[in-house]
This record gives sequence, structure tokens and C-alpha cells, in this order.
Amino acid sequence: MNRWLPFEWIAAVRFLREGRLQTIFIIGGISIGVGVIVFMSAMLAGMEANFIRRVLTSQPQIQLLTPDQVARPLRNAAGEIEDAVVQRPSQRVISIDQWPKIRTQMLAMPEVTAVSPTITGSALAIRGDASRAVTLTGIEPDTYFNIVKVPDYIVAGSARLTSEDVIIGTELAKNLGATVGDKLNLQAASSANRVLTISGLVDFGNKGANQRVAFIALRTGQSLLGMIGGVTTIDMTIKDIYAAETIARQIQAATAVEADSWIATNAQFFTAVQAQIYTNTLIRLFVGLSVAFGIAAVLIVSVIQRSKEIGILRAMGTSRGQILRVFLLQGGLLGFIGSLVGAAMGALALIYWHAVARQADGTEFFPLILERSLFIYTAILATVTGLLAATAPAVRAAKLDPVVAIRG
Amino acid sequence: MADEILKLERVCKSYNVGLPTETEVLHDIDLELDHGEFLALMGPSGSGKSTLLNIVGLLDRPTSGRLLIKGRDTGLLGDNEITHLRGHTIGFVFQYHLLISAFTARENIMMPMLADRGFPSAEIAARADHLLAEVGLERFGNNLANNMSGGQQQRVAVARALAMNPDLVLADEPTGNLDTKSADAVFELMRRVNRQSGTSFLLVTHNLDLARRCDRIIEVVDGRIAQH
Repeated sequence: MNRWLPFEWIAAVRFLREGRLQTIFIIGGISIGVGVIVFMSAMLAGMEANFIRRVLTSQPQIQLLTPDQVARPLRNAAGEIEDAVVQRPSQRVISIDQWPKIRTQMLAMPEVTAVSPTITGSALAIRGDASRAVTLTGIEPDTYFNIVKVPDYIVAGSARLTSEDVIIGTELAKNLGATVGDKLNLQAASSANRVLTISGLVDFGNKGANQRVAFIALRTGQSLLGMIGGVTTIDMTIKDIYAAETIARQIQAATAVEADSWIATNAQFFTAVQAQIYTNTLIRLFVGLSVAFGIAAVLIVSVIQRSKEIGILRAMGTSRGQILRVFLLQGGLLGFIGSLVGAAMGALALIYWHAVARQADGTEFFPLILERSLFIYTAILATVTGLLAATAPAVRAAKLDPVVAIRG
Repeated sequence: MADEILKLERVCKSYNVGLPTETEVLHDIDLELDHGEFLALMGPSGSGKSTLLNIVGLLDRPTSGRLLIKGRDTGLLGDNEITHLRGHTIGFVFQYHLLISAFTARENIMMPMLADRGFPSAEIAARADHLLAEVGLERFGNNLANNMSGGQQQRVAVARALAMNPDLVLADEPTGNLDTKSADAVFELMRRVNRQSGTSFLLVTHNLDLARRCDRIIEVVDGRIAQH
């Protein structure tokens, strides 16, 4: 008998050990439940991280744009509106008013992690007889690469971007018959043109994007698009990606720009991610409930089986509180041991599934993310579930009338 | 201070109080038990012996009347005080041994001390070994309760009842399930403890031979003390 263990622990452990088969079965049940939770949580977290990485590393989380240009109806002297229908004006590409000030403001926000001004516009990429319409994006590489991880998508050449360089999509390169080191003539709508050297090819995993994308230095973009010193968008990343919409609304209310979050611009994708999170939570909840009911059922049976022994313990001077703790501890111990075995089972199943499940192109279906916190939270959750599940049986045991219990 | 360890004054016990099925099983019981006395309690089945024993053992409360243990009126005590008084003053030996099967013989004897102190200690283990030797089972200390004969289990139960050095041991037909030889051995063990340590015993029995070897016999018939 371990002299460091209090009476309640000794009794709880002995009772569990004596009802061996019952204990093994319920630990098996808890382990399977915990295993399912660990497996699903880790796999879904991996898949979610994968989706989010793919979406959010190829686009800014919040984008500040010039507000829509509106036509104001004429008013006469009496203040009456003269025109009932006002036609929406065509939207000219114009610079964000006082963008350096807005950038400073954004950088001062604690939620914001990176800010980068960009200029975007349409141009024609011409090489020999071939020409293609492209979306020019003039960027400051140092800051922009913190938002859109262009270097991660480079498949040929490098992410170098001096005023003489251009990085284009792989499909565009294919269509133009160009590769790294070749010259490319970029011609803007205003007929201004520049000949730049292709320094790298990017593959965003999206054919449409790969056909149109062309990154150039910010100053080159400004001169080509005829907007010296101007920018059309300010791209940003933030700490909590799920707060993007709220922060965007705050920015829009505080400044004279329009703010679009990735949540608004990728509404369908975001809904899919949310649905996945809800489903995962629901599954965890129901698995947790079934585990709790299993523990409670086993302990209720144990209380009935042991009612005579409980009566004896009470007759020997054991208090109601001690009896209560003996059964609470059994619930907690079942939950804790079950969570350890279950976490190991879940992790092994995940490692196996990660090795087996592959996408069509042979790449991994989901990244293997086994965070220590998942195991710690699961162990705490299972132990607390065990304790809660044991409450009803423990109260019942503590309330047993020793006379009735001993008489059986 | 009074010399009696136990005193019952006009104790009544009814079940289903206030219901049409109310039944009074004990009527105006007056009883005293002195320190060091060995009392036999006899009576036919259903006469109220076990109810009386449960009330004396503080497992049940009387409907009316007073129960004094070592001069303390137990009717004035709360649940925790009752539990404490029971643990420190009274030991129980039941008819069906009722050892805790998950524990060894030694651990069963340690149980009351463990419940009281909270943690095991060398002192508690030494006391359990001493009591095992007292009941002649020093070699069986590590046996699980279920791996012992009825007589051995009952001797362990006696040792357990003595663990807290109680003033009073209540034995509810402790030899009822044993063969004559084992019954005699268990009775003699209790008698020896009574003589050596002065522990009072209240022994419920149907065995007239054993009852005659006690200091005094009282009989309960239909919930009343029939004779002293």
C-alpha cells in the first residue's frame, strides 16, 4: 500500500482493479471515443490548415481599395433632386488618397501583422507574335512577400524583383513561349510600354491565375500604369484570420477607403471551412456524451455491486465525503487512462492514414499536425468528463443508508 | 462520570412514520451496558434485535428516546460527529464477514484507521500486523479476503472491529454461519479481547450455549426487553 496515496485513491484504484473486466471494457470504450476525437481533430485541423494555407498565402487577408466613384444628382436651389435615375459612372483606376498615411495607420493597429501597397492594372504581354492580356501587380517585394508568399510558389528562376524584372505565371510563360531570362514587352492601355526580364515563374495551382499573373516592382508598375507615386490597393495580413471581416469593417468605418476581407471575397470557401468546424465540434460533442454515459453506467453498476462494501466502509467510520471522492476518483481515473490510450490510438491511426491517403497527384492528402496541446486538452477533457459522469453514481454511493446497504 | 459505555432510555423505533403502514418495531427500550461487560442479546427472528443493534451502532437513529454513548447524548450530534463517534468508539462484526474483497486481510484491518487518518503509515501497518497476530492469522495477512475460509474471514472481521481500539464491539450473529469449531474459536477470541483489554461486547446470537458464556443475557421479544 503506497503510503503517499490517500485513502480515497487507494480504495478507488483497488475497486477499479478488482472489477478488471468491467474496467478494461469501459477504458476500451473511452479510448475508442478519445481516439476518434484525436484522429478527427488532428486530421481536420491538418486539412483546414492546408486549405487556409493555400488560400491565404496566395491572397491578402484584407485589401484596401479606393471607394466606388459615384455620380451625385444635381439639386436645384430649393433642394429638390432633379434627376430620378442616376447612371453609375465608369470606374477609373485611381490612386488611394493619401495612401502613405493610411499605411502608417494600419501598421499602428495591433491586430495587423503586415501591410504592403500595390498597384494593379491591365496590360498586354507581348513576345514576338504572341500577346496575352495580363493583370499587372506592382509590388514592394520586401513587404508583399510577407502577405502573398510568392517565393513559395516559384517553380523556375527566383523571386528577384528589381525595376527591370517581371515574375509571370507558368501558363502565361507557356502561352508566350517564354522562360526565365527571356525579355517580355509589357504594354499598358495608355500605350506606355516597358521591356522587362522574366526572373521567375510562379504556379499558384490555379490555371486562370497562372495565365494572367505578372508581378513587377511597384515603381515600374506606377510608371507603366501612368500613376506616379500612386497605389490602387493596400494589402494586409492580420493575426486572427477569422477576425478579418470585423477588422475590415472597422477600417472602412475609420478611413475613407473600402476594405474587403478574405472572408467576404471567398464566401463559399469560408462557409465550407465553418461547416467543417461545426461538424467536427458536433461529432466531438456526441462522442464525448457517449463516453460520459458509458462511464456513468459502469459506475452506477459498480455502486450497486458494492453497496454492501460501501455500507461496511460507512460503518467503519468512513464519511459520506470520502465515499463520494472514491467514486469521483474512479470516474476521473477512467477518463484519464482512457484518454492516454485513446490519444495513442488516435495518433497511430492518423499516422497510418496520413501514409496511406494520397491525392491524385501523389501529394499528401493533409499535413500531419500532431500538436501537444491537442493531447493535453483531450486528456483534461476526458478526465473532467469522467469526473462529471461519476457525479451521479458518487452522490448515490455517498447517500446510501449503511443499514440498508449492509442488509443488501 | 457514569460507568456505562452505553445507555438507552425509552428508545422507540418506528418505520414509515406518518404513513398508514407505520410500524413500531422497538418499544420503550431501556438498556445499559457497562465498561468491560460482555452481553448476549437473544430473541427470535423479527423481534427487533438487528434494529436495536443498528441504533446502538449509530447506523440508525431512534424515533424517540435517548441513546447515550460514553455519557454523550447522540441525538444532539450531527452526521459528521456521529460518523466520527462511530469510527472511534464502536467496532462492528457482521454475520456474513463482509470484508472488502478488493483488499487483503491486512488491508481490511487497516481500513478503519486509514479512513480516519487519511494516509497509510508504518504505525497503521504495525497495528494491523499486531491484530493479525492476535487473531492467529499472521501468515494470512496478504491473502485477499475471498481466498480465506469463513472462520478466518470472521477472525479478520474481529481484528478489523478492534483496529480503532473501540470501547464497544457490536457483533451481529458473528458465528451464525460458522461450524461449531470455528464458532467456538471466534467466540473465544472475542471473550479473550474482552478480558484483556476491557472492551465491551454486545453479541447478538441464537446460540444459547454461547450466550450462557457471556456475562449477561437479555432477550428481545416483539420489540421489548423481555428479561434481564
